[in-house]
Amino acid sequence: MIREFSLNDLVFLLEALRWTVLLALVAAVGGGLLGLLVAILRTLAFRPANWLALSYINLVQGTPLLGQLFVFFFGLPLLGVNVDAWVAASISLSIYASAFLGEIWRGSLQSVSSRQWEAGASLGLTYMQRLTHVILPQAIRISIAPTVGFLVQLVKNTSLAALIGFVELTRASQIITAATFAPLTVYGIAAVLYFVVCFSLSQLSQRLERKYHAPR
Amino acid sequence: MPLVDLADVHKSFGAVPVLKGISLTLEKGEIVAVIGRSGSGKSTMLRCINGLELVQSGRIVVDGIELTAPGADLNALRARAGMVFQSYNLFPHLSVERNVMLALKLVRKMSTEDARSLAHAMVAKVGLADKLSAFPDELSGGQQQRVAIARSLAMQPTLMLFDEITSALDPELVGEVLRVLESVAEEGMTMMLVTHEMNFARNVADRVIFMHEGRIHEDGPARETLSAPRTDELKSFLSAVLH
Ligand SMILES: Nc1ncnc2c1ncn2[C@@H]1O[C@H](COP(=O)(O)OP(=O)(O)OP(=O)(O)O)[C@@H](O)[C@H]1O
Ligand SMILES: [Mg+2]
Repeated sequence: MIREFSLNDLVFLLEALRWTVLLALVAAVGGGLLGLLVAILRTLAFRPANWLALSYINLVQGTPLLGQLFVFFFGLPLLGVNVDAWVAASISLSIYASAFLGEIWRGSLQSVSSRQWEAGASLGLTYMQRLTHVILPQAIRISIAPTVGFLVQLVKNTSLAALIGFVELTRASQIITAATFAPLTVYGIAAVLYFVVCFSLSQLSQRLERKYHAPR
Repeated sequence: MPLVDLADVHKSFGAVPVLKGISLTLEKGEIVAVIGRSGSGKSTMLRCINGLELVQSGRIVVDGIELTAPGADLNALRARAGMVFQSYNLFPHLSVERNVMLALKLVRKMSTEDARSLAHAMVAKVGLADKLSAFPDELSGGQQQRVAIARSLAMQPTLMLFDEITSALDPELVGEVLRVLESVAEEGMTMMLVTHEMNFARNVADRVIFMHEGRIHEDGPARETLSAPRTDELKSFLSAVLH
């Protein structure tokens, strides 16, 4: 039976948006921690570690995210590990994010000129002091724009979790569309909601970039 | 005991020998200009003295610290041997004041107030008191280089190493940096500077070292060495840079 699009549906969409944001947040934090490890392994002066990290990055970046989602959602139960859609989505999006964030951060670290290391060294700073007071502040500033750019992609990519039945914004839109048959209204609202989240992130990025250059 | 003592130092990058047995001593208060063709090993020698490059053989002692000994405290040495580079290398994320204060706080363990007042004094000395809160990218090359000198001098080093610090500057900015160098020299600082400014070498340095193909080819009092070179290599080098 077809019903009208109502305020209740809007509330349902907003609630689903909460899951979209939460999933992106979990993936950003999980992917961030894992990505830090990837970046470190990738830059360590130890070949096997570099190789391991690089293989991981190639594997994750070279396969579709949807495939990774399916592997965790349908594959793990075959091994006797039961996972619900939320766990499968969190794990696969975290892994996906870690490969990209790890590379962004490695690149940012390495793009700080080696002369900055030397300038710190020639003033008698220890290795850790050079890293924390000279290199990292510059690397972080460089990494802000690409990191936030990736997070915007991540927010949009959470929609793939709809395909394993996780009720986030896209899945919720499908459900309401089926009931109201008002796809234009429903997906229009969903698009606006995605835009608001992503646009806020971009604004945040610009504010951070300004802040990190300003006198403190 | 000499302040700097190099004995038969050999350094190569991969299979390419760059320093082929350098021996030299430097007394406290001496001002030495290092000259020579591009690729003759001038920068490498300076970087070895500051422990930025490790050597394959030979002995380097600076201010009583033997760099070439295993486990030498390179950071302690570098806090006493200041180095200024051709490319200034200021910290771009820090203001002028913070650039100078950083090592005072982290290495010298000074309080913020003490570090700040010393930083202000040093920056004033290089004539940039009005630029304390500026960021490096808001300064001209000459100004950045003067801040870099102030940053090194603030550490109160016993020795200063300068590697072609005016080479990247527009000609009209060279003078202001050389004047700062002269005032540092007048205060009795021990200095070793790689330079292509022959007039400066002649007028300010006590001694000139001419490097050629990884060796010290001539070493003598500045005026005499420059006006009456003993070897053909120095003669041809001088005629190339002076014309
Ligand atoms: N990190 C490095 N790796 C490999 N080779 C190097 C490195 N640094 C310097 N060299 C080589 O060592 C030689 C001496 O270099 P160095 O920079 O000491 O010369 P220089 O006398 O300072 O020359 P310039 O006047 O051009 O600065 C050059 O042939 C250079 O290519
Ligand atoms: Mg050089």
